[in-house]
Amino acid sequence: MDKLIELRDVRKVYSTGRLEVQALRGIDLEVGRNEYVAIVGPSGSGKSTLMNILGCLDTPSSGSYTLSGEAVAGLDRNRLAEIRNRHIGFVFQSFNLLPYATALENVELPLLFAGVSTKERRERAAAMLERVELGDRMEHKPTELSGGQMQRVAIARALVNRPTILLADEPTGNLDSASGKAIVSLFEELHAAGQTIVLITHDSGIAKLASRVVRVQDGQIVEDVRAAA
Amino acid sequence: MKTLLAELRLVLRLFQADVTHNRKRIALTVIAIGWGTLSIVMLLSFGEGLRQSFHTNTRGMGVGIAVVWPGATTRPWAGLPAGRPIQFTDEDAELIAARIPEIDGVSREYSTRRGVAVGEKTVNARIRGVDASFGAMRNITPQPGGRFLNERDLQEKRRVVVLGDELAQDLFGSQDVVGRTVQIQQSTFTVVGVAVPKTMMGMYSGPDKGQATIPATTYKSMWTDHRMSNLIYRPVSPELGDQAKAQLYRILGGRYRFDPADERALGVWDTRRNQQITDNIGLGIQMFLGLIGALTLFVGGMGVANIMYAVVQERTREIGLKMALGAKARQVMAPFVVEALMMTAMGGLLGVFVGLVIITAIGLVPVTDDALAFLGKPTFSLPIAAATALILGSVGTLAGFFPARRAAAIQPAVSLRYE
Ligand SMILES: Nc1ncnc2c1ncn2[C@@H]1O[C@H](COP(=O)(O)OP(=O)(O)OP(=O)(O)O)[C@@H](O)[C@H]1O
Ligand SMILES: [Mg+2]
Repeated sequence: MDKLIELRDVRKVYSTGRLEVQALRGIDLEVGRNEYVAIVGPSGSGKSTLMNILGCLDTPSSGSYTLSGEAVAGLDRNRLAEIRNRHIGFVFQSFNLLPYATALENVELPLLFAGVSTKERRERAAAMLERVELGDRMEHKPTELSGGQMQRVAIARALVNRPTILLADEPTGNLDSASGKAIVSLFEELHAAGQTIVLITHDSGIAKLASRVVRVQDGQIVEDVRAAA
Repeated sequence: MKTLLAELRLVLRLFQADVTHNRKRIALTVIAIGWGTLSIVMLLSFGEGLRQSFHTNTRGMGVGIAVVWPGATTRPWAGLPAGRPIQFTDEDAELIAARIPEIDGVSREYSTRRGVAVGEKTVNARIRGVDASFGAMRNITPQPGGRFLNERDLQEKRRVVVLGDELAQDLFGSQDVVGRTVQIQQSTFTVVGVAVPKTMMGMYSGPDKGQATIPATTYKSMWTDHRMSNLIYRPVSPELGDQAKAQLYRILGGRYRFDPADERALGVWDTRRNQQITDNIGLGIQMFLGLIGALTLFVGGMGVANIMYAVVQERTREIGLKMALGAKARQVMAPFVVEALMMTAMGGLLGVFVGLVIITAIGLVPVTDDALAFLGKPTFSLPIAAATALILGSVGTLAGFFPARRAAAIQPAVSLRYE
């Protein structure tokens, strides 16, 4: 099994004035190709901090992180931007769509930053919106879409540049249960099609569907269970 | 490059979204920039008008000429005591013309105040007797249909006169009076020319517009006991001015036996200096006005920067998102710079447009007042346009750049969490 993610003794300390918060205290984690990992744990345990580091949005205070064979520590901001663009697809709890842009334009964004030509961008973004069953909503602005539809636009955006890993932080947190289910089954489809997924969730029902559940507590991994295939 | 172009569409969208959101704030900023631009355009244009009027008006008395008055010696020389007054004679002019190659024009000038009469009407005016070369040197240009004094007027001691424009107006109520006659000291003079109106920044014995100019020979025949008041001369080129002056002291010093180093033996007014100084003053005034305008524009620029900081703040999450999706620093910053530039450009166009309207309107108003004539017409020139564009461009770029740089410096993990 290819190792896509390799964390070694990763620590993250936030210092806010006098206080020091140890958000992560020595995380060792390996994620292989086409795994579907659910990260669970109580609020404040460090899940989002872990995801930020996995997604190269933040850097560890110590420890090493190798993503797809490349050591991430010490890379400059532009190189990190490239890595995020090429390897990571993000799905956030609050969707994070540009409100003034159409669904299609939102999905085109990662390709825009990758320097893909207008025509190809258009085609790939449209295809990806079809894939999440929003082919009829391409010209709609986020405000004209339901929560579930917005999250599907966000997923299309996350996938459009064919990322190595899909990272999702509470993607169903802002959705009603029906829309949430639709998102979860979309994730299952994607995993079945070969996508590597790391998903953060509070919902044990959703976590059960993953092929592996990692439990975080107080900034440490306390449990790592692989479902029998 | 392609990415930037594609990004531009998005930037325009952003700007549009911004305009609808912050209509008032953006309008105020654009107006501030417009105001700054207007003031810089107006100030520079007035400065340019003033500079040009300075330039022509200092040349109203003639270009590069020098005026020489007889003085008195201050040093003993060749056995003669100090304090001896000098007096010019007619031969001096010929001697200077013949012996000083650096000088290509000389004229005598006799001068007095007398009544000039037309019928019942008498105007007390300055009468001067000069040589034919005086007109060209002293920038006295005849109006169409007339002429200045010529050599034959002098040889034949003709009773002809060239009138200043104001004097002609006062005497006849018109300036179209060539061929008419005036009485000076019971003698009848025929008007051969009326001078073109002009503004003079420097002068001696009054402005040219109020004077009556007659041949030096005629003058001498009328007032036989009058002494020559002064000479004027023009060097071959402005660079030879100092040499010409030294030669003048040497030649006249030899003739009247004074030390060529005795400055006060002659009073020399070298107008080249004044012209240079006023040119520099004009330039200085323009730079000063430009600086004030630039400062005003700078204040407008602060307004743009302020707005951009607020916009960056508002879009912190969006910036974090773009970075998460792989935007590089340049790609995050470009929209802010472009947006600031757009605001600046809009304000700039507004300011230049209003400025041009005002300048054109001022240009249409006829100038009757002397002081206004001296101020000159505000002139919008290409260099002013270029300077304005350059200042506006840098103000806009800087106003966008600093907030944008701040935006790009935030860790994406931090900006994404921003509410
Ligand atoms: N930027 C920060 N500055 C200071 N402390 C922080 C920062 N981000 C997170 N923390 C702290 O680090 C710890 C872990 O936070 P994190 O957001 O990773 O938790 P989480 O597991 O995602 O919680 P939740 O399930 O509520 O989202 C918390 O104690 C939090 O207060
Ligand atoms: Mg969290």
